[in-house]
Amino acid sequence: MPKLKVSLLTGRTISQGQGKEYGKLSEEYWRSVAVCEIDPEDMKRLEIKEGNNVKLTTGFGSAVVRAVKSSRGPHPGVVFIPYGPWANLLVNPRTHGTGMPSLKGLSAEIEPAPGEQVLSLEDLMKKHYKRE
Amino acid sequence: MKNNVITSVKNACAVGEAKFLNYSNHRRPKPLIRKNGELVEASLDKAIQKSAEILAGASYPILYGWSCTSCEAIRVGLELAEEIGGIIDNTSTICHGPSVLSIQDVGMASCTLGQLRHRADLIIYWGSNPWSAHPRHIDRYTAFSKGRFQPSAWRGYLSRLSATLTKKRLLRATSLILRRKISVPPEVDRSPSYALARKERKMIVVDVRRTRSAELADYFLRVEPNKDYELLQALRMLIRDEELDVDEVAGVPISVLEEIADVMVGCELGVLFFGVGLTMSQGKLRNVDAALSLVRDINQRTKFLIMPMRGHFNVTGADTVFTWQTGFPYAVDFSHGYPRYNPGETSVIDILCRGEADAGLIVASDPVAHFPREAVQNLVNNPLIVIDPHVSATSLTADVVIPSAFVGIETEGTAYRMDHVPLPLKKVVEPPEGCLPDTVILQRILHEVRKLKKREGEGN
Repeated sequence: MPKLKVSLLTGRTISQGQGKEYGKLSEEYWRSVAVCEIDPEDMKRLEIKEGNNVKLTTGFGSAVVRAVKSSRGPHPGVVFIPYGPWANLLVNPRTHGTGMPSLKGLSAEIEPAPGEQVLSLEDLMKKHYKRE
Repeated sequence: MKNNVITSVKNACAVGEAKFLNYSNHRRPKPLIRKNGELVEASLDKAIQKSAEILAGASYPILYGWSCTSCEAIRVGLELAEEIGGIIDNTSTICHGPSVLSIQDVGMASCTLGQLRHRADLIIYWGSNPWSAHPRHIDRYTAFSKGRFQPSAWRGYLSRLSATLTKKRLLRATSLILRRKISVPPEVDRSPSYALARKERKMIVVDVRRTRSAELADYFLRVEPNKDYELLQALRMLIRDEELDVDEVAGVPISVLEEIADVMVGCELGVLFFGVGLTMSQGKLRNVDAALSLVRDINQRTKFLIMPMRGHFNVTGADTVFTWQTGFPYAVDFSHGYPRYNPGETSVIDILCRGEADAGLIVASDPVAHFPREAVQNLVNNPLIVIDPHVSATSLTADVVIPSAFVGIETEGTAYRMDHVPLPLKKVVEPPEGCLPDTVILQRILHEVRKLKKREGEGN
């Protein structure tokens, strides 16, 4: 399976902002946050289409999210995940003495994950934090 | 408004409208306590009693959140933190915490948004995407607002947009006529001198990706990820008329930077809004240092101001109340009996990653959805109390959940705008039965904690 080394950015999007006001357990929130925006060229290289699942891995963890074609391109080699529990599985908790973890510009690996499911918020809580 | 229900919202941005129309969804109006691994309904008195027991019994509890509640509630929270000798931190810690550190180091030339609306003729957004995060910022306070001394740049944008559309349509028509696909050269950004030649107010966006805000801007400068510091320092050199020996910095050719520097020096009143693009990437507070110093340097030549783009509606208020109560804006440690401040040591992420806390109180925030995984794991391993109107990822993992009333919808309060202007928030509808404001819940917990401590003191 093709793999790519990319730079991972996390950040806010307007749908994430709206989604969190709809409620964290809402379909809207899941739809807007458990996604990864990828450059169309990179999608070709990964042999995936919009809506396919992809797995991202960093030195701190891995997560499966839905791939979305980025309309903000071209930005080959850069992928974007909105802030949320899915992005948190990947980010660097080290603060270098500032209190601030490193949430942008992380090196990550991305690969197609056809056999894996994107977890719902409840399942993610169960799997990673062993609660409810 | 119809029968205590909000039916439509006027003048709000997309996020604000979603807030007002959906505040009543995904709520559980009853307090919950975890018993045998499951959250079960309980009375408010019991939930408050249980919270007080957890907090009074803990030796190093974390009190976190605060940025989505009123200044009045934050004030009670600080009193509670002092009483139980805990650590109190607000969401600045994972947002503009590094900016606060740099502002304390370097100082900041800032102003209120009204000044900028009427006077600013050059607006720069650096590492921030107001279209998504602050949807009304551009049309209320900066480029697209109609100021007393500065016309709106809205028309310029519309004409640019229609020119691009016409170009696209022409291309499509030509390819249809010629019956073959025309290879279009990749869209090259226009040179800044062409894009920024107009006399109207101008907007520049500097970011790592072409955001929606970048599409609204007169000029978009793409910086390579984690290279903001180099770019800011290069601009500082150019503004001081120093020579650079390289061809490009952070992926931007020097000739472009020279033109941008000229525009900066040539404006009448410029402003640099910076977002968490600077504070969350490599360099963190040093990036903000460079931005603040850049503005200081430009001020030798013209008038230039700078402002952080704060996120939550009352994060500025949280910093302000923390500062006038304890002397420090965030990450305040009361474990010695007096306030102590040392971000990196007393900040919530570091404490959680070191596994030092033994209980948590979260008010109006969702750290389980927004903290890195290692920190979340330590947070959920200890007793956790959540006071929040919403059901959130954090409230799902909590031991005690106390639902509260929405500040600004179901209860009144004070909040600070990002430019430090305090605004009163109104109550619009009645809260669901049994939901009290954060302030009242915190006061009752504080009261119970004091009672428990007194009893403990008498017992000894």
